[in-house]
Amino acid sequence: MSLSERLHPGINLAGTDPESHEAAEEVLFGFWIFLMSDLVLFAVLFATYAAMSVQGIAEGPRPAEVFDLTAAFLETLLLLFSSFAFGFAMLEMKYRENRRGVLGWLLVTGLLGAGFVGMELHDYYVMVTAHGATPQTSGFLSAYYLLTGTHALHVSSGLVWMAVMAVQVVVFGLSPAVKLRLMRLALFWHMLDVVWIGIFTFVYLYGVVS
Amino acid sequence: MNWELIFGQIKWTSFVFAGMIENPSLSEAIASGAGSIAVLGALGTVVLLTVKGWWVPLWRDWLTSVDHKKVGIMYIVLALVMFARAVIEAALMRAQQLAATDGGGFLSADHFGQLFSTHGTIMIFFVAMPFITGLMNYVMPLQIGARDVSFPLLNAISLMLTMAGAVLIMVSLVVGQFSTGGWSAYPPFTGIEFSPGEGVDYWIWAVSLGSIGSTLTGLNFAVTIYKKRCPGMSLFRMPLFTWTTLCTSILMIFAMAPLTAATIMLALDRYAGFHFFTNGDGGNMMNYANLFWLFGHPEVYILILPAFGVWSEVVATYSSKRIYGYTSLVYATMCIAVLSFAVWLHHFFTMGQSANVNAIFGIATMIIGVPTGVKVYDWLLTMVGGRIRLTTAMLFHINFLLTFILGGMTGVLLANPGIDFQVHNTLFLVAHFHNMIIPGVLFGMFAAVQFWFPKAFGFRLHEGLGRASFWCFAPGFLLAFFPLYWLGMMGATRRTFTWSNPDYLPWFALAMLGAALILAGFAFMVMQIVVSVRRRAELAAPLGDPWDGRALEWSIPSPPPAWNFAVLPQVTARDAFYEAKKDGTAYRSPAAYEDIEVPRNTATAPLIGLFACAWAFGLVWHIWWLVIVSFVLIWAVVIARSFATHTEEIVPAATVKAANEAFLAAVRATPGVTRDQEMTAANRGRAIPESLEASAGALAAGAAVEVTR
Amino acid sequence: MSNRAPANLPASDIEDEGHERRSYVIGLVLALVLTTGAFAVVWFDLFSGAAALAALGLLAVVQAVVHLRYFLHIDLQRSHRDDLLLILFTVLILLIMVSGTIWILYDQHMRMMP
Ligand code: HEM
Ligand SMILES: [Cu+2]
Repeated sequence: MSLSERLHPGINLAGTDPESHEAAEEVLFGFWIFLMSDLVLFAVLFATYAAMSVQGIAEGPRPAEVFDLTAAFLETLLLLFSSFAFGFAMLEMKYRENRRGVLGWLLVTGLLGAGFVGMELHDYYVMVTAHGATPQTSGFLSAYYLLTGTHALHVSSGLVWMAVMAVQVVVFGLSPAVKLRLMRLALFWHMLDVVWIGIFTFVYLYGVVS
Repeated sequence: MNWELIFGQIKWTSFVFAGMIENPSLSEAIASGAGSIAVLGALGTVVLLTVKGWWVPLWRDWLTSVDHKKVGIMYIVLALVMFARAVIEAALMRAQQLAATDGGGFLSADHFGQLFSTHGTIMIFFVAMPFITGLMNYVMPLQIGARDVSFPLLNAISLMLTMAGAVLIMVSLVVGQFSTGGWSAYPPFTGIEFSPGEGVDYWIWAVSLGSIGSTLTGLNFAVTIYKKRCPGMSLFRMPLFTWTTLCTSILMIFAMAPLTAATIMLALDRYAGFHFFTNGDGGNMMNYANLFWLFGHPEVYILILPAFGVWSEVVATYSSKRIYGYTSLVYATMCIAVLSFAVWLHHFFTMGQSANVNAIFGIATMIIGVPTGVKVYDWLLTMVGGRIRLTTAMLFHINFLLTFILGGMTGVLLANPGIDFQVHNTLFLVAHFHNMIIPGVLFGMFAAVQFWFPKAFGFRLHEGLGRASFWCFAPGFLLAFFPLYWLGMMGATRRTFTWSNPDYLPWFALAMLGAALILAGFAFMVMQIVVSVRRRAELAAPLGDPWDGRALEWSIPSPPPAWNFAVLPQVTARDAFYEAKKDGTAYRSPAAYEDIEVPRNTATAPLIGLFACAWAFGLVWHIWWLVIVSFVLIWAVVIARSFATHTEEIVPAATVKAANEAFLAAVRATPGVTRDQEMTAANRGRAIPESLEASAGALAAGAAVEVTR
Repeated sequence: MSNRAPANLPASDIEDEGHERRSYVIGLVLALVLTTGAFAVVWFDLFSGAAALAALGLLAVVQAVVHLRYFLHIDLQRSHRDDLLLILFTVLILLIMVSGTIWILYDQHMRMMP
């Protein structure tokens, strides 16, 4: 096999680390499948939300009354930049095997991600205190909290995973196993962006428009 | 002292025996009896393991193993154990319905409700699913010439999660009650308002554990088939069982998610007062039915597709013919897999959507019948002109063709919304789905056991007892379920513990008789296994190929070594092993051997299963400390494992060589048997390919008989 | 159907850091433009009613593709065929599930209107 073979989408290690490169094909394909199955879970939550945000208002507030678009927009930016930062962590890993560089960019990624979760929690806080909009208020709000909450939970577990990986980078260095895990975490992190785009558009923007 | 902090909502009255003491009745006695059997069974197992000193081997050789073959066998053992419980429950329900005119019978309505709920839940999630999963686990890697699945540890974790769910259901026999909401658990009945107890929570968490396990299995198998095929094994050279495994895996990957979503929402409604499916405040219980069947319909194809794969292997092998219409079978499987995502509404035609919606889903449903029909013709044509042996597995196959077609026809009837409105929720429906599932899936799995048992254990199953079990199962099924078509058309509703129409009685009596025959069949099957183990010397077929097999799994010893293939095979055609036997290239020594890396055993999976079970139990009973502790422990195990480094060990080339050369030498020293001698003691697992029998047969036959007598 | 790409693929484009970095930068810029655009549609009321919904939906789909292309590096290369097919199949299933659910629930809802 020639060195330049790309075995999977994304950062390939063919040129810099052929051994990890070989192992990556199977592992990353498996992770893609996991992501797709996760995506279907989100899709089902979206569909439920789409129905309930119209039919499940009951006595509670309507979407437009409780959403804060600016906050959602800022959250989008935070996630975007954190994804971008992760990309740079991957480049450090691939081209320089530079622990410090990787850790530094991971820190940036993690801080932005934590900022996202923090802002989201703040959103919830405002909704509950200012609007009395709890998940128990109506079907619409149940669906809203479940959909955004599941996403936030994913981001939070991504943060825990990131912390574990930081420790592993320190303990093992950029060994093949660690590299493969970082590559999977990167996919996970980028995919959560895609889901968030859906939430930003179909929950927040649609909610305010209609 | 606040006991609730420690024990959650468990009280002494939660134990099944308390009901018997406080409120003695036959129904309670049966519940307590079942509880005692569960407890005694567990105790008995513990005593047996201790007396025999089997704890260590159990832990070292089985529970901590990540070998796909052992994982597969454990899945199937789990399925058989759970089948014993669920089939007894079925017989109890039959007996109740026989005895129940005008409120008679011996079970309370509530107890009957628990019986059909556990029966259905267990049969689907903890019998059928583990059975197919175990079989795919065992067979698929061997068929594609791989040394294991892509992610062996993940595989073991899937098993342990499924096991945890099954244990949870068994615990519900003793502590508390199970749901009465059926296997589909429709709200609002299963909401907190109408089912305030722990029953539905048992259902939710048992099913969730099983479904996470299945998602991971699907992922694992799909990657294995995509990335681990041996050299030359292109997709269209894969055996059909592997094809159906691939399609089933894809269904598992996508279909379990809606179920998870539905159970999470139901749990949030019940635990935290959300309003997904409640009767007011904007809840919509119809969405539950929608989500559940988004999973539920693909699920029935998850079950039937591997069985289709088994049928394809069985019919080709026992007809000594190449499967007819390989390509059409593959495309039919793909069509079914995709279409199965587009028909889910036929399970709730009566829920009130407009006629157009019903019509479209009705038509889509009927279309699925087409690829299935294609398959039936292919199987029939495979038999034409073949050298057919009516072995137990083949008898099951022929029975399958006959009865499955009838079940399929009632399915097409039900796909008409107009007809469905008449028979929905009657015993007609119960007859229909058992008609698909029992001759199709369950008997398919039984046939698979007959077929692959010698591969897994090195000896054949006793043929006479196998036939005896078949001759109980097949007529037993007809008797137990065909009367239900009639009953359904007369208006007998499902999930009903009593009735008052005197015309029902004879039909219920027939159905009871059928259930008894099915029980007898199961008894024969257990006996068959016991007797075969006793006579294993005489039934031994260690040379690996007792049926003149066609795919790669038959080219290696029985049972296969931990590494499966001494050297990865090189494939040039479909039915690779059969072709090699015909060309005389089978059983050649490889030019060179290499070291083989195999994964080490690990306690990771059983620990995760244990903590997952504790976590679910804590959730059922609101024991919050247990929930938190076990959740943390699960992830602690995962993280700790990610720091482990020496997870593989090396089998030196010399070891592999010694084992493989010994096997090859034994094969060469043994004359093959012809198909007529398949069931005689002469069959040690070396076959004369059917197409060469005419020339080589006579000579070898004489020699072989001499060897064993 | 294996993932092996032709061996004569030029090594440069995948083993070149500048190239790979550019991909992230392009992705970020496009994503920023699209997100801000979507936000602007609502903030400044650029369209109304159905037109707004359509515009927002379109922007979201394009942005999802941008993320897949530049951050997740999915493209049309032979060697990515398995993954691309996987994603396309997922999208198919996803569309069936989402559109089916919405259709069914709205239909039922309409029939329950007083
Ligand atoms: C082997 C002999 C079997 C017998 C005698 C039997 C009998 C029964 C009976 C009496 C019921 C209750 C019908 C009612 O609602 O009135 C039932 C329900 C059901 N059975 Fe079986 N069954 C058998 C095997 C199986 C198998 C192999 C499966 C699946 C793998 C299965 C799946 C179900 C399901 C899903 C239900 C519906 C439960 C519910 O209503 O929620 N059964 N069966
Ligand atoms: Cu169906």
